[in-house]
Parts: sequence; structure tokens; C-alpha cells
Amino acid sequence: MCEPLATLGKYTLAFLNEIGRVSLFTANGVKNCFIPPFYFKEIFHQLMVVGFYSLPIVGLTAVFAGMVLALQTYVGFTRFSAEGAVASVVVISITRELGPVFAGLMVAGRVSSSIAAEIGSMRVSEQIDALLTLRVNPFKFLVVPRIIAGSFMVPFLVLIADIIGVMGGFLVSTTLLDFSVGSYIAQTVQNMETIDVISGLIKASTFGFVVAIFGCYHGFYSDLGARGVGNATTSAVVSSCIGILVLNYFLTALFFGT
Amino acid sequence: MNKIIFSNVCKTFDGGLQVLRDISLEIKAGETRIILGQSGCGKSVLLKCLLGIMEISSGDISIDGISVKEKKRAREYLRKFSILFQGNALFDSMTILENVIFGANQVNKDKSKCLQLAEEKLLAVGLEKRVFNLYPAEISGGMQKRAALARAIAIEPEILLFDEPTSGLDPLTGGKICNLLKDTIKSLNVTALVITHDLKVAEFLADRISVLNKGNVIWTGQAAQMESCGNEFIENFYNASNAILRK
Repeated sequence: MCEPLATLGKYTLAFLNEIGRVSLFTANGVKNCFIPPFYFKEIFHQLMVVGFYSLPIVGLTAVFAGMVLALQTYVGFTRFSAEGAVASVVVISITRELGPVFAGLMVAGRVSSSIAAEIGSMRVSEQIDALLTLRVNPFKFLVVPRIIAGSFMVPFLVLIADIIGVMGGFLVSTTLLDFSVGSYIAQTVQNMETIDVISGLIKASTFGFVVAIFGCYHGFYSDLGARGVGNATTSAVVSSCIGILVLNYFLTALFFGT
Repeated sequence: MNKIIFSNVCKTFDGGLQVLRDISLEIKAGETRIILGQSGCGKSVLLKCLLGIMEISSGDISIDGISVKEKKRAREYLRKFSILFQGNALFDSMTILENVIFGANQVNKDKSKCLQLAEEKLLAVGLEKRVFNLYPAEISGGMQKRAALARAIAIEPEILLFDEPTSGLDPLTGGKICNLLKDTIKSLNVTALVITHDLKVAEFLADRISVLNKGNVIWTGQAAQMESCGNEFIENFYNASNAILRK
């Protein structure tokens, strides 16, 4: 009779315990971002890994997202003779939502998994213990560079994704859907507001932070062995993606909610 | 100086598994002490407790009066150690030279001095210059062990810890590493604690040996006294090791 309740209680406690651990880990990570020493070589390396190397996949995602969005909007809006609004819908959707969310999810898949795998392997091969015995704070050496890289580079990626995504919509609209180049560009510029781009960049920075934190957290506390590292990688990607989607709602409500 | 004292140390994991039971040991300054025991008897846990990587459940560990529990003096406590890990624990994103420089850099901020010190230590452990710019994955296990030793001694420790220093090495390379460890301990004049299950390594390096069984220290003495110590487990362990060697 009580068994289902006991199981529910057990999982609830485990969930709350996990939230507590992630919160403490995040607080410790953020605190160490402001306390020297800083490992600039490592920070620069992570800026490259998170930003530069993610550019192709984010760009590819953005261009196809823009193209599909233009096509679908055109098809849908034709039903009530509003196809002229395609340019506005593309630019607003890309800058506010699709750019940050798609870039965030792509970075979650590419970077969060690699962070978890790298730090998890370091845990397994005692490299984190070695850092401690060399009197190096593993948070400063491993976590801080990744938090900084995630928070600063994902907005840059999103800015580029916004431009590429809008270009994708523009290409489809002007080549397949018979929009004139001049009117499409004019409508895009006219309907794009600064807050659309700014809100997207703030979202991107938050998503980058989430990706870095979950990657580091799951790697840091990965179980030993190949299976442990594999599980840490999966958990990092899943929790990063969920974190991005949940935070996206709250940030959208914050910026655009009535 | 550098006296290590374990006082009634116990370690129990979250699931209730007790790994260390009331361990009391005193390792004198300048002594090379071997902790000998079967796989899974708690040797590595003891080492991690000494380093403060694992928290002890009860008892205390101190070095020159500084307790492992004194968080405010953690840096001072850790500064005394250097460890050669079982799997070497070289940072695989750095070259061999960078690994040693990284270690040296924690005690000396002058980059050119660190480079000089790192090269000196790498040559001292018998590595050739051609491997300095290779990554750990690109060199053999024996070379990795030497590089890890160079990193360990580059931070000028007062106490050297070795976790299964010859594990995974062939007998010839293992023998060379043992000689290197003995020379290093002697030349640096440091206190050393060696964790091993290999009787030959223990006999070769030891000033004194402590035998660990099921989380208890069951005997401490000199290598020559082991065979006739009167403890059934130790005599079995001794005879089994020698029987394997004879085969």
C-alpha cells in the first residue's frame, strides 16, 4: 500500500538532492570566475572550442531553419492572403527564438557532451586528483574557462546564426517564392527591433552558461569507468537541452510577456 | 620534520562499506614506508585520505602537527606532498614538457626557471629530449611513469607518495623504475610512502613495511622479518608471492 508513496518520496528526495548539488556547483563555479588566478591559455582554448569550432554546425542549422521557416510561413499565410508578412515572421522568429534555441541546442549536443566526456575521463584517470595535489583548484582550471567560454561565445554564435538564418529565408523567398529583393529587405529591416536581437543574445548567453555548467557538473561527478563517463555525457546533453527549453520559456515571458 | 601520523583512522563509504578500520601508523621523517596488501584491502583509499581527496569518517591524519581536517591550512598541508599516481595522471591535453612545467609553475612563477627546472627533471628521470614535445598518449607506459615522476619531483616536495609504482609495467621496466624511485628518494632525502601489492618492490624500497588486510594494519616491521612474523595471512602472502616468482 505504502510502497508507491515510498518510491515517489525516494525519487522526490533524490531530485531535490540533485537540484541542491547543481546549485552549489553553479555557485562555486560563478564565485571562482571572479577570484584569481585565471588560466588565460585554457580560457582562450575553450573560447575556440565552444565558439569557433561550433560555427559550421550552428551556421548550417540556421540557414536551413530560415529556409524552412520562409517556406512554411508562405504556405500557411497564403491560406488567408497574408503571404506578404513572410519577411517579418522570418526575422522576428529567427532573432527572438529559433536562432538562440537552435544554436543553444546544437552547442548542447556538441559542447556539453564533449565537456562531460573530457572532465569525466580526467576524473577516471585521476587527473583531477593530480590537479589537487599540484595545488591547482580544479574549479578554476576546468570549470571557470568553460563557463566563460559558454557565456561569451554562444551570443556571438547566435548573432551569426541570426544573420545566416535571415539570409536563408531571404534566399528561399526571393528565388522560389517570387518576392522582390528590395521589398523583402525593406520589410525585414522595418520589422526588426533592437529588443528582438538583444533578447536573443541574452538568451544565448544564458544557454551557453547552462551548457557549460551541466557539462562540467556531470563530468565532475561522473561515476568511474567507461559506462560512468558515457552516462555523464548523456546526462549532460539531456539536462542541457531541458534547461535551455525551460529557461527559454521564462526568458521569453520576461521579455515579451504581458 | 615530515612525520606522518595516522591516529585511529576509519573510512566508511555512504553505502555502509567500511574500508579502513582504526588505522594507526607513525611514519618517521626520512623513512620509506611500504603499505603492502592485497588488491581491494584499502591501500589506495588510505592514500586518498592522506591527501585529503577523501574525507575520513573518524580519527585523524597529521603531518608535522597539521591535521588533514584543518581546512584553513589545506594549502600548507598539501604543499608538503607530491604523488606518483597508479595511472600516472598526466594531463593528456599537454605535452610531456608542458606537464612538468605546469607542476613546476605551481611553486615557481618565473617561466624561464620553470622551463629549465622541467628540462632538468625530465633528463634526471632518464627521458630523452625527443619525447619532450610528445603527448602522453604518444609514449610508452614506462616513459609516462618517468614523466609523471619528473612532474612529481618538480614541485620540490618534502614527502613523496607512490601508488602502485610498477603496475602495468614489464619486469625489466618495473625494475628500472624501482631503481629510479630509490635513487630519487635518496637524492631528495624525503619521506616516502609507497602503496603496493608487489612483494619484490616492497622489499627493494622499504625501510619498514606495514601490511594492510581488510582495512586493518596487521603487522609493521622490516622486510627481513616478514617470513617469520608468525602471522598466517602474511606468511601465506609472502609464500604465494615467492611461489609466483619462482614459477
